[in-house]
Amino acid sequence: MHISIEFVVNGQSTPLALDPRTTLLDALREHLHLTGTKKGCDHGQCGACTILINGQRMNSCLTFAVMHDGDDIVTIEGVGTPEHLHAMQSAFLEHDGFQCGYCTPGQICSAVGMLDEVRAGWPSHVTADVSTAAIELTDAELRERMSGNVCRCAAYPNIIAAIRAATEGVGAHA
Amino acid sequence: MRAFTYERATSATEAIRAVTRPGARFISGGTNLIDLMKLDIERPEHLVDISRLPLQGIEELRDGGLRVGAQASNSRLAAHPLVRARYPVLTQAIVAGASGQLRNKASVGGNLLQRTRCPYFYYDGPAGCNKRAPGSGCSAIDGFNRNHAILGASDACIATHPSDMAVALAVLDADVELLGPNEAERTVSIADLYAAPGDTPQIETILQPGEMITAVRLPPAPPGRQKYRKVRDRASFEFALVSVAAIVDVQRETIASVRVAFGGVAHKPWRAYEAEELMIGRRATVATFELAAEAVMGEAIGRGHNDFKIELAKRILCRTLAHLTELT
Repeated sequence: MHISIEFVVNGQSTPLALDPRTTLLDALREHLHLTGTKKGCDHGQCGACTILINGQRMNSCLTFAVMHDGDDIVTIEGVGTPEHLHAMQSAFLEHDGFQCGYCTPGQICSAVGMLDEVRAGWPSHVTADVSTAAIELTDAELRERMSGNVCRCAAYPNIIAAIRAATEGVGAHA
Repeated sequence: MRAFTYERATSATEAIRAVTRPGARFISGGTNLIDLMKLDIERPEHLVDISRLPLQGIEELRDGGLRVGAQASNSRLAAHPLVRARYPVLTQAIVAGASGQLRNKASVGGNLLQRTRCPYFYYDGPAGCNKRAPGSGCSAIDGFNRNHAILGASDACIATHPSDMAVALAVLDADVELLGPNEAERTVSIADLYAAPGDTPQIETILQPGEMITAVRLPPAPPGRQKYRKVRDRASFEFALVSVAAIVDVQRETIASVRVAFGGVAHKPWRAYEAEELMIGRRATVATFELAAEAVMGEAIGRGHNDFKIELAKRILCRTLAHLTELT
């Protein structure tokens, strides 16, 4: 039995009727043909499917689309366009933050969400004093905060360089 | 994935009524349940979505404690200013678990009720697992058991509970608020939430059919310094081999109060009450910590691959307490 929902995807109100089994990832790729979001492991381990739901980064493979009626969803297609790249996308180009590119949409969506978490002062596992509100955005902080995004080409040094370049003005350090 | 029907509850009472039908389950963040549904280990016929219930608040209590709605995300709890200031061990434990994406999605209640990561339960379909298929045997006892329990296990199951958050809640003496059918409310200590595996490892908690975790209540923080230390195979995004949550208060070089709990060693966060008693009133020295470590790990049983956890747990306890009492 299909369930009718409506959510906002990249600024556009989008009605859908879906089998409740449909993950948000499959709804985006197979029903809305937004194939920028990638399916890697499909079990929340690789981060290739990372999107922004109500502004927060999440794995779209581990949630059902019908649970997101009314939500605001941003995929890589909504982060920027070829004509108007997001600063994070430009930084990945500038610093060659990929090889095969499969994990890249997830890396970029995750990095965008991650920087908002830093702006909000959220601590991480490597934050020395979790009671502090000022996060010093070291490379160790970036690596820890991005550990939910795996790159099997191991382009990590350039991914970190790209995110670092896009962090201008973010965190206590910059 | 097997077909199921879906509804979203608008109140906790309505959700509890809806979940009483056969094969029905609550779903919140879904990060564990959906994973297991894809693997055909969880097979709900009906899902009752409780993620939007008004159980998301984190509020200070009049006694100085904190009440955390079960539908608050792991991330929001970890980042809450009062948690960071008064219960840093809880923030440290939460951010030591999973990834940023998962913590944003996963709920506090769901974290407590997540299933084990024993590979024979989680991945290896044909192998026996008493948790997945009661009576089919435990493949881990004579199998690959590097990640398995050294305390509290039974011959039917040696799986561990994977939560980091629960270990911090154990050391903070948290209470779990439950709501059941007919508006029945009760509160259980986190120490009593999990059922020992015994002969029925498929029964993991004391929750009754239809019962829902509505909140976690933290009493005022005890005096002393707090620390969560986790040892794992990777630096990030990995479950614990062994972890320790500790709170210790030293007055005039003597241990005035101390609480310790271990993660990754049992079916539940393992609070070491006897070791705590042993340390109180003694000087804060490595010898005292070693005495406590021996006391709690004296009853530990290794199953082969996980033998190292016994020594590892002792060392992590000593290191953590030494760090907190500034011996190192």
